[in-house]
Amino acid sequence: MLKLPVYLDNNSTTQVDPRVFEAMTPYFLEVYGNAASKSHSFGWAGEEAVDYARCQIAGLIGANEKEIIFTSGATESNNLAIKGVFEMYSSKGNHMITLTTEHKAILDTCKHLEKSGAEISYLSVAEDGLISLKTLEAAIKPSTILISIMFGNNELGVVQPIAEIGAMCKKHGVLFHSDATQAVGKIPVDVLADGIDLMSFTAHKMYGPKGVGALYVRRKNPRVKVTAQMDGGGHERGMRSGTLNVPGIVGFGKACEIARLEMADEYLRLKKMRDRLEAALLSIEESYLNGSNEHRLPHTSNISFKYVEGEGLMMGVKDIAVSSGSACTSASLEPSYVLKSLGLDDELAHSSLRFGLGRFTTEEEIDFTIKTVKEAVFKLREMSPLWEMFKEGIDLKSIQWSEH
Amino acid sequence: MAYSEKVIDHYTNPRNIGTLDKSQKSVGTGLVGAPECGDVMRLQIMVNEETGIIQDAKFKTFGCGSAIASSSLATEWLKGKSINEALTIDNMDIVEELALPPVKIHCSVLAEDAIRSAINDYRSKNGLEPLVSEKTHH
Repeated sequence: MLKLPVYLDNNSTTQVDPRVFEAMTPYFLEVYGNAASKSHSFGWAGEEAVDYARCQIAGLIGANEKEIIFTSGATESNNLAIKGVFEMYSSKGNHMITLTTEHKAILDTCKHLEKSGAEISYLSVAEDGLISLKTLEAAIKPSTILISIMFGNNELGVVQPIAEIGAMCKKHGVLFHSDATQAVGKIPVDVLADGIDLMSFTAHKMYGPKGVGALYVRRKNPRVKVTAQMDGGGHERGMRSGTLNVPGIVGFGKACEIARLEMADEYLRLKKMRDRLEAALLSIEESYLNGSNEHRLPHTSNISFKYVEGEGLMMGVKDIAVSSGSACTSASLEPSYVLKSLGLDDELAHSSLRFGLGRFTTEEEIDFTIKTVKEAVFKLREMSPLWEMFKEGIDLKSIQWSEH
Repeated sequence: MAYSEKVIDHYTNPRNIGTLDKSQKSVGTGLVGAPECGDVMRLQIMVNEETGIIQDAKFKTFGCGSAIASSSLATEWLKGKSINEALTIDNMDIVEELALPPVKIHCSVLAEDAIRSAINDYRSKNGLEPLVSEKTHH
């Protein structure tokens, strides 16, 4: 039975896997000790649970368990990585490189550091959302201390050439941070093979609970350190103070273990469903895929339906939870900066929908989505003056539009 | 964001979608907004030359649900009104009728602009001066 509404916004957050939920439950009412309490069995049990989860998490990304620093989520991890490196390595330089398509947790952190004397290069990506390695290498200077590049993009699903970037960073002696929030648990991520020195990720994008994330910080070749951004008890090797969220961490660990064991099958299953959805929607006239087709996460599809406005379209598909690049609801009326970074016209950016499939998405839900989106696009085009002009062969660029 | 029932009704069952023959003298066309802003409204009126009454009104809109509802409502209100009566339609009447939230007020402004623009087009086609008293909302 198809249950409405259909959830296709898994890049925003995911349902907790029942197995994760089950693993977490004892840590609320029974094993509630503070993992930092060294003097009694409650504390020891908490610490044991955290250590076990650390191994599960490290195992998914090819790290050592001592290299996992727990945080409240990817936003905090990104802040800690960038601000922490800037402060720790200020004697080496003040220059950092990132992309215009990064998440706001990276971009706004960089903007913040600019006020403290950081010099940031925000590099543009190509039409397909990928960074050119040549452009990146050309941006490296003697004062460059960090390159921060997202693994998989949240809006487009585009996957950057991480291993090549990692090798380049090593060659130039620059630290490499990757915001891997969307990638970990979905595609193979290996901090050693990918040459990553610091990596942010979070539990709730991979069927774990909200409010717990991690920053991977390399301990060998090179040994990386970040300056703590909160003062306190000196937890997590002095890099992140604060009582550990034991139930959350246990859930995060379980989510990573499930992902490690099931990723290969899940990748194929999601990709097959995503490709079917995408092929059906791209068969609609004047619909376009945004971002690289080839280098992409298996579960994400970002499509612009030209001559239809995204928010109006979302209203027409109200039984499907998706997100749009249109920002009609925001005060700025600015469409997605990520889509604009690809060189898309504002008009196409306004016309986009992002579909994010997940572990619990069914074939039946995909059938429903195809049918519903098609009907809504056709209906809205029937009432779109732009569609009528397009059909009459009028070049929309030739019209003097009144700005408002 | 939750839409009001009236917005949902106009979005689901839009009144008067369509196109009038803009080459006719009796038809006035207003095209306002811009694709890159995410809203374009085209509103058309057909005026009975003997009575001066708007006997038909049609719209097509590219935009969010509130923009579609504002233009749909505008066509409903225009029919049967004289040009002078049509000019009294205020964007705040639309806001009130559709219970638009503050972030959607611009949709009603656009609908009012579209009405004025259609009337001006009709006037200039019929040798009358366009109205200069455009309201400034924004």
